[in-house]
Formats: sequence, C-alpha cells, structure tokens
Amino acid sequence: MSRPEGIQLMEGNHACAWGAIDAGARFYAGYPITPSSEIAEVCARELPAYGGTYIQMEDEIGSIAAIIGASLSGKKSFTATSGPGFSLMQENLGVGIYQEVPCVVVNIQRVGPATGLATQPAQADVMQARWGTHGDHPIIAISPASVQEMYDFTIRAFNLSERFRIPVILLGDQVVGQTYENIALPDPGSLEIVERKKPTVPPEEYLPYQPDENLVPPMAAYGDKHILHASSTCHCETGYSNFKYGTNRQLLNRLKNKIYNYLDEIIDVEYFGPEKAEVTLVSFGSASRVCKYVVGLAEKEGIKVNLLRLISIWPFPDREVQEALAKTGACVVAEMNQGQVINEVNRVNTTNTPVHLASGIDGELIRPEIIMASIREAVK
Amino acid sequence: MAVKLNYREYFKEEALPLMWCAGCGNGILLRAITDALADLEIPPHQVVVSTGIGCWGKADDYMTTHAFHGSHGRALAFATGIKLGNPDLHVIALMGDGDALAIGGNHFIHAARRNIDITAIISNNFTYGMTGGQYSPTTPLSYKTTTSPVGVAEPAFDVCGLAEECGANYVARSTVYHVTQLKRFIAAAIQKKGFNVVEAINTCPTHFGRRNIPGDTVEMMKYIKDIGMPRSRFEKLDEEEKNKYLLTGELVNRERPDFLSVYREINPAASESGRGEGK
Repeated sequence: MSRPEGIQLMEGNHACAWGAIDAGARFYAGYPITPSSEIAEVCARELPAYGGTYIQMEDEIGSIAAIIGASLSGKKSFTATSGPGFSLMQENLGVGIYQEVPCVVVNIQRVGPATGLATQPAQADVMQARWGTHGDHPIIAISPASVQEMYDFTIRAFNLSERFRIPVILLGDQVVGQTYENIALPDPGSLEIVERKKPTVPPEEYLPYQPDENLVPPMAAYGDKHILHASSTCHCETGYSNFKYGTNRQLLNRLKNKIYNYLDEIIDVEYFGPEKAEVTLVSFGSASRVCKYVVGLAEKEGIKVNLLRLISIWPFPDREVQEALAKTGACVVAEMNQGQVINEVNRVNTTNTPVHLASGIDGELIRPEIIMASIREAVK
Repeated sequence: MAVKLNYREYFKEEALPLMWCAGCGNGILLRAITDALADLEIPPHQVVVSTGIGCWGKADDYMTTHAFHGSHGRALAFATGIKLGNPDLHVIALMGDGDALAIGGNHFIHAARRNIDITAIISNNFTYGMTGGQYSPTTPLSYKTTTSPVGVAEPAFDVCGLAEECGANYVARSTVYHVTQLKRFIAAAIQKKGFNVVEAINTCPTHFGRRNIPGDTVEMMKYIKDIGMPRSRFEKLDEEEKNKYLLTGELVNRERPDFLSVYREINPAASESGRGEGK
C-alpha cells in the first residue's frame, strides 16, 4: 500500500492514521481494541516506509508509556484506543501532562462501563478525558464528526500538542472511526505543521523546565547535548526533584496558565442554522451530525432551532456556550451518554436559560426522535 | 591524549547526601553504574536512565545523564519508547524488585521476549522499602515483613531465571558486597546489544534485615555476601541447600538478535534516520 491519491472512500480510522503520518508522527505504540484497531493496522503497514516504528505493546499502560518515551527522544508519537484502554492509560497520561510531553491519544469511544457494547458507539468518556488521571491538571481534547475531520483534527491534535507541550486527546467514537466517506488527502507540503520549540541557549545553560515568555519550556531530546531530566515527581526548572514549599504551586499554576492564557489558540466551535432561534442545540462529534439533520426536522414543525457544535471539548468553550445561552429561549444538549457536557453547560448558564438533555445511550448514533422529543419539551 | 572519564562525570555531587538509609547498598550500586559508564567512555548525553518508583527509583536524582522518572512499574515501557525513538542511545532501566517484578512484571517478561536493547539493573532488597517494608515478589518464603508478620506464604521469583526463560540476551547476578564483579557485569550488560539484566542483591537493614537477619547493618552486609554463591559451588549443593543461596555470576550470555535488528530486517524500508518520506 501507499499514500492514497485523489478522492478515496476511506474509513475514519484510516484517515486518522494518515493524518498522524502527515503531521509527522513517526512512532506508534498500541494495544488492539475495537473499534480503534485499524489505526494500529495502518501504522504497522505504513510507518516503516517513513522511517518510523510501530510496536505492539503488552497493554495500554505500556503503550502510552512508550509514546511518552519516544516523544522525549524527539519523535512525534501517538497511540489509539477505546474506553477500557483509555482507562488503563490514565496514570501515565498524568505523567505526560506533568512532564509536558507532546503526544496524541486517540480514543474511539464505545459503550461502557466495563466491556459494555464493545463494537458500538458512545460519547461517555468526556469526563474521563478531563479528569481520568489523578491530581489537578489541564487537558486538551477535540472531537471530530466526519472522516475528513478524523484526518484534519488528528493533524490539529499534533499541532496543539507540539505548541503547548501537552498530550492531546482526539475524542472520536465508533461512528466517526468506522464510517466510510469520501476524502481527498491534501498535498502534505500544503499543510501547516507545528514543531516543538528547541532550546536556543548553549547546553550548559539549558534548564529543561524553564519556560519561555509563553510559559512553555523549549524542549531538548534525549541524545542532545542539552541534558533533559524529565520527572514525574515535583520538579523545579532543572527538572530534578524539588520539594521546597511553593515549587508545586508554581509548577501547577504554570501548567494551567500555559493553556488557559492562550484559549484563543485552542477553543473552536461551529455555528449551524439560523442566528436567532427558540431552541439552541449544543452537541459535539457524531451526535452533532444528527443535530444538523434535526435543525431541518424542527423547522418543518415550525420550531426555529440552531446548533452550537463544540469542536474543542477541553478546555470547555465557556464563553461561546454562555453567549449562545444568553441569546436563545431554551437549550437542548444532545450527547451519547447520560449527561456529561450538560453539566458544563449548566456551569456557565448565568442567564438561567432552561437546559434539557437529549441522551443517546442505546449503542447507536443518537436517533433524531430523541433530540426532537427534547426540543418539543423545551418549547412546551 | 584523551582525558579518561571519571564516575564524577555521571554523578551529581551537589545532590548529596544520598536519601537512602545508612547501610543501604543503593549508593554502592550507583557508584558501580557510574564507574562502568566511565570505563566504557560513554558520554553522559548518550545515556538515558529510566527509573521506576521506590527507593532505587530515586537514583536519577543523583545522575547527570539524560533521565526519565515515571510511574511505578513502568520504567521498561517508557524505556522501550525512548530506545525506539532514538536507537543510538544507551538506555538503562533502574528498578527495584517490586517495581520490576510485581507491578512491572508484564513489561519485564515482554521486554525480555522482544530482546529490546535495554539494560535493566534491578536492585533486589527483597522488600518494598519506600512504603515501609512490605513483602515483595522476591521476599524469600517464610521471611517476615510488615505485611507478612508471621512469614510470607508465597514463594519468591527467581529474577534471573525469569529473565533467562523469557529470552534476555545477558543475565547476571551479583551483590552490593561484590563491587568489582557487579561493576564488571554492568559494563558487560551496557555494551551488549539486546535485553540485558543485572540483578544486584541489596541490603535493606531498615526494613528487611531488622526483621529477618540477626545483628546490625554490618551483619546484613555479611548475609548478602554469604548468600551469593558462584555456579561451581552452587551446583554441588543438594536441592534443599540451594534454597538458602542465590546463584551469582554471568548466568546467560547469548546472541539472540534484538528487536530493532529484526524489525529492520523484515521492514527494509525502515531507515536508520527516521527521516524517510514514505512511498
């Protein structure tokens, strides 16, 4: 096989793998799990030709550990999994956040908890993506809704991860992972690819955790003369352990501020439908596609509905949701879980706009009638 | 004339004093590693140590090489990525017995099976020292710890036997008493391609010795000296006697191809540089 040319009917998981390769990923470590395994298969087949390496680890704990290690050795790295594997990755995800290691974790969500419905879609790992690892931490998660976006957003995930030195979660689901749609991969030369900042000082002056003006420290690679000491223990600018009063406060605040001071570079939403509406749908990922269809259905019933689609889920688009709530009569949050994003919507609901849930937990793409029922409830 | 390297090149003197208890052999082991690196004249920037969590997991705090300090049990999994990310590096995983064989046992057996080019140096003190002296997978049967107050009911892992069975290329066991031998084994392991294991039998007078070995830390060191036995003497013992001793020496030294050599052989397109442009 080689890089697909022209318009191709392609699976979302394959598009994700090609997005990673085009973003410069040269290392994949993973453990097979439905419905994400095709990402691993494409990487195993294609990476060697790019000078890259595929390794199948003994479990997902080892998989995320290996991508963190390879990234510190200077290779753009990623892994893909689904809910149960994502759970196993949580401890080391925290290691990656604390050590500021760029890497991408693709979670093709399926129904849980436990084995759940292993081949069927859900969007119930929203909070796992946010709070799965222990301790205070920021995270970036973005949610694709099509095969094209599986490609585009994988590249975006790598770019964000290199820019901010943080693991980025691509939060897909079985529908976007395993749907086939037409896609044309762009000329790789036309893509905007972000690379991590390298140190500019001489090796003897390099402090691996001394931040630049944007709070992100330039990053050496293992093997460079600039010595990189990466620790999961509380550390100061040298990278070495430091337990003095104030060190952890300073570190945690910087880790938070390097993300939250630059939200304009991360937050991304899509508006669909009329500007003024009686009901505003808030949704993301594959469920947001159903919402676009529902906007038309509601119009036929004489209800004016629009959609605020969240592309970046974490950090949560507080301002955009707040503004949408202030402009609408009622809100329906459509998500394939028992209600996770709705709690975030309510957190920023300073206008006390009525908020209803349309919950799809049936192991399939959320049905339009579930969302319509919530809309009718909202306008009653 | 080239200046001969000294262990101080690898040792972060300003981090002294060591955090380990008086009588612990981790300092001796650390010196053996830094001496071996100096003898091999490997520049510090070509070395990465990947440490686990536990007493021995603190070793990176005293080293000037590149370092990775991650999560409990995962030093080898991180090291696997580090090595594959830059195959020119000398990657050394520093793990304790609980770290390598309990929580990290799965990574240990698979690293050995793959024969990935990593040197694993295991400080085996038969207990979880950092957490207060609980029993580990290498605590000998019937020995006492804080979680086996009347003696542990589980048989111990043979670290070296496990490594051999799973496919490691080089396996050696020494003790922190036998410093010269220990340093020699570490140097051999670092030089050899493949998954190479050096088990250093270590003292833990604070937790293990206190409950099981009569006497003080000097007695603990004597105990360590006496339980290590080379193959020539060990094999003359009857089976029951063998349980009281640990076989020391170079136990395995073979030439299985390492993971990356095989991967490159069957994927000829995989370039050394990692800068290939695909098809």
